[in-house]
Amino acid sequence: MAHLERSKQRRGLVAIDGAIAFIVILLIAQIWLLSATLETFLAGLAGAVLPAAIVSGVLFSGCLAVDLFVTRIDQESRKP
Amino acid sequence: MPLLRSPSKEPLWKDEFSMFTSDERYVTRRQFTKFLTLASLGMFVGNLWILAKAYFAKTPSFPSVVVGEVGEIPVRGVKLFAYPAPQDHCILIRTGQEEYVAYSQKCTHLACAVYFSAKDDRLECPCHQGFFSVRDGSVLQGPPPRPLPQITLERDGARLLAVGVKRS
Repeated sequence: MAHLERSKQRRGLVAIDGAIAFIVILLIAQIWLLSATLETFLAGLAGAVLPAAIVSGVLFSGCLAVDLFVTRIDQESRKP
Repeated sequence: MPLLRSPSKEPLWKDEFSMFTSDERYVTRRQFTKFLTLASLGMFVGNLWILAKAYFAKTPSFPSVVVGEVGEIPVRGVKLFAYPAPQDHCILIRTGQEEYVAYSQKCTHLACAVYFSAKDDRLECPCHQGFFSVRDGSVLQGPPPRPLPQITLERDGARLLAVGVKRS
């Protein structure tokens, strides 16, 4: 029984590690997007600002979804 | 708040400060994920801030300024002037008998002053060898990410007027 419990916890940790890796990738994309948007805006070109804000919102939604996923995995894995 | 808070019967402090080592690994990962999500929110807010700045930015108005006389400079000659503000240095080039073009002198890479190379028929930035076309200001070579802003010229009799700035 304890063995099953450990296995369940280990799988939970692997899933969370994967989710964190995914969220880091999303964050890197978002950092790049912000710097590119700022650079473009300061250059006097405002055409890309609205699409960039929308994409940034989508990326944030992705991060939020992954965060909720991690919270759920956390609850399920630690459930006795 | 069932989405943000564990619905377990345990009080919050027991969830966040676990007594068991195995549980602690979960807590640190969960907190790290929350930190990353907050960072993502920060990026999103940054993008929204830029959007708000762009939305509420005033449309620039450009004055009409005399930059020279027709025939004042020889063919393939240049004249420097400032437009629209005194600190915005520009370069006027006579490319043909009746053809004049003008560009901002500020390189779009790191703002070094560009000069006209009559030998190679292009605008050159001496700092990092960025070259621009004299026809339309587009980047021919080098690190500049954008074309040079072009000064819109109009002719009023014998006078050449700068009437706007075109960015592409």
